[in-house]
Amino acid sequence: MNAMPTDVIDHLAGIAPGSPLHTIRDVRMQARENAQNSFLALFGTAETADMSRDERFAVAAFVAALHGDARATAFYAGHLPAGLAAAIAAAAARGAGRGPYGVYPSAALAAENVPGPGFAVSTANGAMLGPRLTAALEHAHMLVFHLRDADASALQKLLDAGWSTTGIVTFSQLVAFLSFQLRAVAGLRALAAAGGGA
Amino acid sequence: MAETILTPAGHDVPPVFTQQKLGWLPWLEPLPADAMTDRHWAGLVDASRAKSAYFMLLARDPDILQFRTKTDKDIFYNPDAGLPRAERELAAAATSRANGCIYCASVHSAFAAHFSKRAEDVQRLLDEGVGADLGERWNAIVAASVALTATPPEFGPGHIARLRAAGLDDAAIVDVINGAAFFNWANRLMLSLGEPEIPPAA
Repeated sequence: MNAMPTDVIDHLAGIAPGSPLHTIRDVRMQARENAQNSFLALFGTAETADMSRDERFAVAAFVAALHGDARATAFYAGHLPAGLAAAIAAAAARGAGRGPYGVYPSAALAAENVPGPGFAVSTANGAMLGPRLTAALEHAHMLVFHLRDADASALQKLLDAGWSTTGIVTFSQLVAFLSFQLRAVAGLRALAAAGGGA
Repeated sequence: MAETILTPAGHDVPPVFTQQKLGWLPWLEPLPADAMTDRHWAGLVDASRAKSAYFMLLARDPDILQFRTKTDKDIFYNPDAGLPRAERELAAAATSRANGCIYCASVHSAFAAHFSKRAEDVQRLLDEGVGADLGERWNAIVAASVALTATPPEFGPGHIARLRAAGLDDAAIVDVINGAAFFNWANRLMLSLGEPEIPPAA
């Protein structure tokens, strides 16, 4: 396995030790350290009975690609076998979109509904990915782009595909964590480009 | 035992965004109390969270829960430098409003109202949405949070210039980034693992 960066947010955002933004991030040292601990808990753990290592990096590469982040996509895909990385790239290209959209359960908010597409892995790609990852990518697409469409039946599909309840919790945390990490990276990159911390 | 989803029924669903205190009902079985180990207690961080179905469900993976919670607390509670607490909560509420998380928006709009003493402005964010006119400084924070919440993110130099013009220094801008980014984490868990309810009258 490739070595993990000391601080993956700094690594992906291009923030060097000693730089002004590095110093500002140190003001929230617990946030910095626990964002890294979160990354390691999801991607460096040896406890992979409920979600395998390849499943973790495959979902991550898919989520990073849906966020349009080429550097993060390459980072996560770099931990995958080449064939799986290619299948994830194909799925992500098929699933590209813009969020957030979705339909509220409440009729009182109907004026704000923005219906939009779900996502299905292609038949050919599904054969390569297998039922667990196919179901995971389809659910991850909803979490990334149209989270307000979530309902209990979406979780039933994951159980039906072989996910355990604990595995669904880990998988949901992984997608949700990346939704944080990729935005922290995007924001810090923008701030660095605007001369942040100078 | 085959694992299955939970289907709550008979509860009152909040029809619109609100600052009122809501409950939350899980769609998956939380960790049973008798399965709690020291590691699960560490994952909860605060033992009182064992009363929450949300935290007991997340406790099934205790390490990521623990680090998530510690990240959250530092972004929002650390008083050193940066953005005032009220405006960190505003970023959380605006993010939750944009994503459509009625539960998260209720908690953090109430915090924003409490710390800012601007409950009516916060209510306009809930009623009218993220386009509500809340005064330029708050408008800039809401717009930046919403842009970062888009997928792919749309946060850029224009948002940074507007935040600086509104008086935010770069440590405060990092708090906006972290606050909005963190609620993209929280919203996804709250929206996809269960649903809000109006608690039954005591």
